[in-house]
Amino acid sequence: MKKITIPIGPQHPALKEPISLRMTIEGEVIKDADIRLGYNHRGIEKLAESKTYIQNIYLMERICGICSHSHTTCYVQAVEALCGLEVPKRGLYIRTLVSELERIHSHLLWLGVAAHEAGFDSLFMYTWRDREVVMDLLEIISGNRVHYAINTIGGVRRDISEQQKEKILEGIEFLRKRTEYYTNLGTTEPTFVARISGVGKLPKEKAIELCAVGPTLRASDVASDIRKDDPYAVYDEIPFDVCTADTCDVLGRVVVRVKELIESYKIVEFVIKNLPAGEIKIKAPRKVPEGETVSRYEAPRGENIHYVKSNGTDKPERLKVRAPTLANYPATIEMLKNGFVADIPLIFAAIDPCICCAERVVELIDVKSGRSDIMTFSEIKRKYFCEKKRETL
Amino acid sequence: MSILKSLIYLLIYPGLLFLFVYSTFCEWFDRKLYARLQNRVGPAYTGRAGILQPVADFFKLLFKEDIIPERADRVIFSSLPVVGLAIVLTAGLYLPLWNIDVSIPSYNSFQGDIIVVLYLLSLPTLIFFLAGWHSTNFFSTLGGVRVLTMLFGYEVPLFLAILSPAIVADSWRLAEIADFYQKCPFLLLFQLTGFFVAVIALQAKLERTPFDIPHAETEIVGGTFTEYSGKKLAFFRLMTDIEMVVGSGLIATVFMAGFPGNAFVSFVNFIIKTLIVISILSLIRAACSRIRIDQMVNFSWKWLTPLAVMQLFISILVKGVFWRILQ
Repeated sequence: MKKITIPIGPQHPALKEPISLRMTIEGEVIKDADIRLGYNHRGIEKLAESKTYIQNIYLMERICGICSHSHTTCYVQAVEALCGLEVPKRGLYIRTLVSELERIHSHLLWLGVAAHEAGFDSLFMYTWRDREVVMDLLEIISGNRVHYAINTIGGVRRDISEQQKEKILEGIEFLRKRTEYYTNLGTTEPTFVARISGVGKLPKEKAIELCAVGPTLRASDVASDIRKDDPYAVYDEIPFDVCTADTCDVLGRVVVRVKELIESYKIVEFVIKNLPAGEIKIKAPRKVPEGETVSRYEAPRGENIHYVKSNGTDKPERLKVRAPTLANYPATIEMLKNGFVADIPLIFAAIDPCICCAERVVELIDVKSGRSDIMTFSEIKRKYFCEKKRETL
Repeated sequence: MSILKSLIYLLIYPGLLFLFVYSTFCEWFDRKLYARLQNRVGPAYTGRAGILQPVADFFKLLFKEDIIPERADRVIFSSLPVVGLAIVLTAGLYLPLWNIDVSIPSYNSFQGDIIVVLYLLSLPTLIFFLAGWHSTNFFSTLGGVRVLTMLFGYEVPLFLAILSPAIVADSWRLAEIADFYQKCPFLLLFQLTGFFVAVIALQAKLERTPFDIPHAETEIVGGTFTEYSGKKLAFFRLMTDIEMVVGSGLIATVFMAGFPGNAFVSFVNFIIKTLIVISILSLIRAACSRIRIDQMVNFSWKWLTPLAVMQLFISILVKGVFWRILQ
């Protein structure tokens, strides 16, 4: 049969953000896949170099609209390490609380998206309705639904009252019941299971070799979790299990995420019940001493890495972000190979892609000459857009 | 007088106008029920409880920009929606709803009309395939191929299931089949398996979840309808709605003893019985996830077809036993 290449994206109903997947297919079977990035590059790293450390917290928050807390925590941890700050226990507990609530919200959102990609819209509607509960809890704590802005260098910005604690426990109790229902539904509903089991195989050795991270790695039976391997905040004091699955397919990724939801509920309850008294933050210096550091954080999607280099001023010399999605791309290509066309959206959605977070660089290549150039945006406009406009006129 | 009656039959009831109005109502009913099952509100603004939403959607689409792809065959591309609509409307005329005398065959009720309806309901599938093929878009072509692949899955069980009540009734005429079961309704109990096979096959024919494979949005964009817009898309949507009404009407005729009584009573019968079938269709749609094309074909040959054959076997047994008692 003839091989043809089909473009999935940059614009496609299955993709919520622009990315280009070029599939070489034979009939309905995928023979090869190619991922092209760079449609959503925002130049955040460059921008960070011109802003102060405090301003950068809010910039980091805007890297991702779902794991916003992950990026700020990762960043402030790095800066705190550079300054040698000892963050008060209560501050760390609240930070952990928000990060687990964020994980709950992200996993519920993902469960809905995965169900939608598989054509199971009822589950999609149910999970997204329940996600509102955890969004409301986050709003109670921080005042915002998406960008919580709770982190600051040296602690957190808002304290938690007794009333808020009760509300959170109530909400978690409700969510626990719902999640048990979804566990049952997602792993037993025959059409859904038929659709996701055996799809997007990623064997254990391949997962390690291709440096997959997060739930994608854990679904391939590798118990790797930064919260356990390299504990930050107060994770060394909190009892929880690392969830894994041994099926190495999309079903495994669903199971891992649903199990993690249950673990997160446990963590939230533990944090609320063991919240120590005391200060929530300490004062941080404006200027950060010279040095460099790497901070790791287990975001809902996997390991998040921030590298900060300081030159002794109030602005970072270099800030490098490695979002978890970027680490999962090589594994995605492996998963897509020999799959069906019908499974493309499912496999791709199973890594929980956050495309704009992972965009670090864009390369401009002239299609006619094949030459790669560095140019400013106004130059691009002058050279290409105006030319095009004249052509159509 | 009979000409006037025939004109009313063709244009108003149960022809063009009734099928249009009732199919939009059915779409609203389906959407509302589906939404409630998913804990949503569903259509709510146009008309009371959003009842006019499908009509509004239809007219809105009529006024939208109508694009024909450059490489597509203009004539076929434009004529397919109209032809498809005409086919399902014609199929609707054969439902024994009104103006039918069981003892006298007429142009809309004759021996073999059940076969005519079944074949008329098969044609929209072909229309969808041609629409996908002539769009010259990769996603449309793939959708079109999937339409045909699915046809091989559900068509055989559908035919077997629909025809087995006819075997017991010893007639190929819808009005007579309905009349037979009105006289001995207990015989319908033996047709339960066939009823469920037919409903599932109808779900596949209408390309609804879990069989919405040919236009799976997240996989192949709009599938067969990717290139269709404006008027043509509106006609295709109306066509699917009317197909749903005619399909459920056909199932109601053969499995639910048709629509007895005078004009008004039979009308009420029709509404209630088709809505029961449509409710089951909506329930299936809400409870399932989309399956893959190979799983669909597997399912219909491993489960649906054997069940339909079993139904046929039961029907023959029933006929053998009761024929003797009746004589």
